[in-house]
Amino acid sequence: MTTETKPLPPYAQGLGIEVDHIEHGMPVLGVDFSDRIQGRPNFLHGGALSGLMEMAAISALQAELSRRGDAVRLKPINVAVEFMRGGTAQRTYAVGRVTRAGRRLACVSAEAWQDNREKPIATALMNILLSPESTPAE
Amino acid sequence: MTDQSAPLKGRAPIPNGVAFDPALASKLLTRFGHGGWLGMQYYAHGDGWVELALPWREDLVGLPGSGVLASGPIISLMDNATSMAVWTLRGPFQPQVTVDLRVDYMRAATPGRTVIGRGECYKLTRTIAFVRGVAHDGDINDPVAHVAGTFMVLEVAAG
Repeated sequence: MTTETKPLPPYAQGLGIEVDHIEHGMPVLGVDFSDRIQGRPNFLHGGALSGLMEMAAISALQAELSRRGDAVRLKPINVAVEFMRGGTAQRTYAVGRVTRAGRRLACVSAEAWQDNREKPIATALMNILLSPESTPAE
Repeated sequence: MTDQSAPLKGRAPIPNGVAFDPALASKLLTRFGHGGWLGMQYYAHGDGWVELALPWREDLVGLPGSGVLASGPIISLMDNATSMAVWTLRGPFQPQVTVDLRVDYMRAATPGRTVIGRGECYKLTRTIAFVRGVAHDGDINDPVAHVAGTFMVLEVAAG
């Protein structure tokens, strides 16, 4: 399965987020621990972790839409994040899963983990509005 | 639960039990860690609320060329503002973690504008703090985002 991965936005690149590998057609993002994503000393910042999962969710949706051949603009409506474990000073991964992508609305989840895939440190659920590329921004 | 003691970033943590001063804590916040990289600044505070500012910057943009801030920096701003709002009520400082956080994006932030994040703690128990907040870029009645979430103290202070 080929996947077109769009370049990650400046914000993601600035934090050191990169596409680690492709899994079942979905980009798995990875980020090394650094001061830039640190909250309390030696722990991951909740906002940075949320940003990583949002990026994973959007990348997964873009991969799905590009397979479909749809050119649409994505507008995040909301995100709900649950933090299960403190993120420690090590590499963090995140991948998104498109639960449903309709014509106007997509629901995408994302999960983040560190050394143990079976023990996610956080999950996110996003609703994203899809609008045709040609339509001017509302 | 991700550690979220925003103002403590970096190498100068506030010891447990010390009175919390948002203006002072923000000086640490603007220099170290994630908040430091984002360029967050202290704006104002009162009992139960804190406002932080996030000046616009090209490298915080989501979609290249759009000038619109990515949603990630907005979450981080609100995470920190709501987290600090809790400490204005707790009195002595106690480390806490984010349990959950929900963000509704009303509209894109205006390119070039500083985003103000106002976090409020509307209910405090011994272990849990319930928070809400608004992000705006000049007019709080035309918000960029609304948030709601909860924090939990890591350990109840002795005594």
